[in-house]
Amino acid sequence: MSDKHNLIVYCEFDEGKVAEVSLELLTKGRALADRLGIKLEALVIGHNLDGVEDQIFPYGADTVYKVDDARLYPYTSNPHAAVLINLFKEIEPQIALMGATCIGRDLGPRVSSALHSGLTADCTSLEIGDHTDAKTKTEYKDLLYQIRPAFGGNIVATIVNPECRPQMATVREGVMKKEILDANHKGEVINLDAHKYVAPEDFVVEIIDRQIAKSKVNIKGAPIIVAGGYGVGSKENFQLLFDLASTLGAEVGASRAAVDAGFIEHERQIGQTGVTVRPKLYIACGISGQIQHIAGMQESSIIISINNDPNAPINAIADYVITGNIEEVVPKLIKYYKKNSK
Amino acid sequence: MSLNIIVLAKQVPDTRNVGKDAMKADGTINRAALPAIFNPEDLNALEQALRLKDAHPGSTITVLTMGLPKAAEVIREAIFRGADGGIVLTDRPLGGADTLATSYSLAQAIRKFGNYDIILGGRQAIDGDTAQVGPQIAEKLGLPQVTYAEEILGIEDGKVTVKRRLEHGLETVKAPLPCVVTVNGSAADCRPRNVKRLMKYKYAVSPSEKAALSEEQQKFVDERPYLQLREWGCADIDADPQQIGFPGSPTKVKTVENVVFTAKEARRLENNDEQIEELIKELITNHTIG
Repeated sequence: MSDKHNLIVYCEFDEGKVAEVSLELLTKGRALADRLGIKLEALVIGHNLDGVEDQIFPYGADTVYKVDDARLYPYTSNPHAAVLINLFKEIEPQIALMGATCIGRDLGPRVSSALHSGLTADCTSLEIGDHTDAKTKTEYKDLLYQIRPAFGGNIVATIVNPECRPQMATVREGVMKKEILDANHKGEVINLDAHKYVAPEDFVVEIIDRQIAKSKVNIKGAPIIVAGGYGVGSKENFQLLFDLASTLGAEVGASRAAVDAGFIEHERQIGQTGVTVRPKLYIACGISGQIQHIAGMQESSIIISINNDPNAPINAIADYVITGNIEEVVPKLIKYYKKNSK
Repeated sequence: MSLNIIVLAKQVPDTRNVGKDAMKADGTINRAALPAIFNPEDLNALEQALRLKDAHPGSTITVLTMGLPKAAEVIREAIFRGADGGIVLTDRPLGGADTLATSYSLAQAIRKFGNYDIILGGRQAIDGDTAQVGPQIAEKLGLPQVTYAEEILGIEDGKVTVKRRLEHGLETVKAPLPCVVTVNGSAADCRPRNVKRLMKYKYAVSPSEKAALSEEQQKFVDERPYLQLREWGCADIDADPQQIGFPGSPTKVKTVENVVFTAKEARRLENNDEQIEELIKELITNHTIG
């Protein structure tokens, strides 16, 4: 068994591939582990895991724990939680990170409850720093700062877990940048026996049907995004955005308000509770600019805001502001693009 | 088979209407300064409970909420829509809780309530969006969990069949009762208030609400047990003081900052043909588009 008190990333693995969000967390985890002078470890639970370490080591992992058992795929809550709970009791990680995915958000709370460790959901930034308790004046060195927008979006809160370990956090896909450390980097593989970690009675929920489709929408990788907010007004008006997107070779995204209003599907939601994007051009149509949305797109190279309201908060981060109705401005953009492009 | 159903509901500040005085200096929420609403996904959960009751006559729905005494409002709202009764878990030491301390407190209340077949709640509350309390309660009670439920397809032979909505599709699972099911916003909307129930229960009050009424009104409530909502405190749920409220919360808010964006020097364009054509030309010239 490897040594203790390291940083561990729970890696999701499906159809032969480690999830993007897990690789992003490994990249961030490597930087945090270096800052703390500890090891970066990865945990993969599932079936047919042969060679999975080859996908993980390039991101700088020192150790890959593998738990391979036919019963552990597809994911169900209790068995995966049992592995984490029992393994964490052994190796006592300082920090445990997982994706804020359907799986991570199902698994994390169960593990944190069993270990009585704090868990912060949907972090947009992770840093290492010190902390002094306001009441007891106790000083804590090198805690994980779990930073997230909170509460309707007007604030950003920094959360710490002074006493309890591991310090757990979930992060949405796309928030952290994925970067290969060294394509030839190699570490240690530790195969764990599922029977040691999971009891037969943990297999309590039975999956009777799965219909998982590959996502058709790829806003994360799109160089140009046309995004609509509540101000677009209707499902029909979103068609205008699709027209502009197909003209420019762009993808259509949306704010949470537009998704909640039923104008467009959730898959296209950009922001803290959707995906984070960094396109070279972001055209925000009728988006007021709640901070959760801005958190998911502020690193776009060029931002155009089209809004009725000249004082929409999003205008503060925009490069170009067009004050006007979507119904009028968008057709003009299409018209003049067609006229001027070759 | 009739079922004992618990619905977890939270009264949440309407995060769409956040004012300047919404946060206290210690980083916790000043709930009093905000309009309070029934957490939307808890209403989706209530609807699934009501459908189970329709399918299993004789079932009872008990709504459990933790919060300020005025959270009794969500119990009344749920009763107007068809729930049978509810419990407000409220006590000063329970305040300032993170998700873990909250789930401990609610799990203790569920233990005390005792007789339950299924526990339903919304996937997450709009004030924190963490989606943690449901699974944490399941773990504390040693129950299986089914998250992201879009529809409860049925209960048979002591097992519930649930359709789940995941990122890229659907999954149908079967879990033995008792279990915890958290319901997605994509599930069916909750039915509206029933006028007859509204008339019957509009004066239902919790003990602390009753205390504020006139003597005559109190007598009216005393004579009608169905108007008496239950209210529990720490002593009622045998809460360990070290596991509730602020001391029971492993996560601490270190700092809270208002968000200030570094304003860029935005170019403001009029909605006219010349300026929009000029913008398009510029974007084509610098290879942003085209």
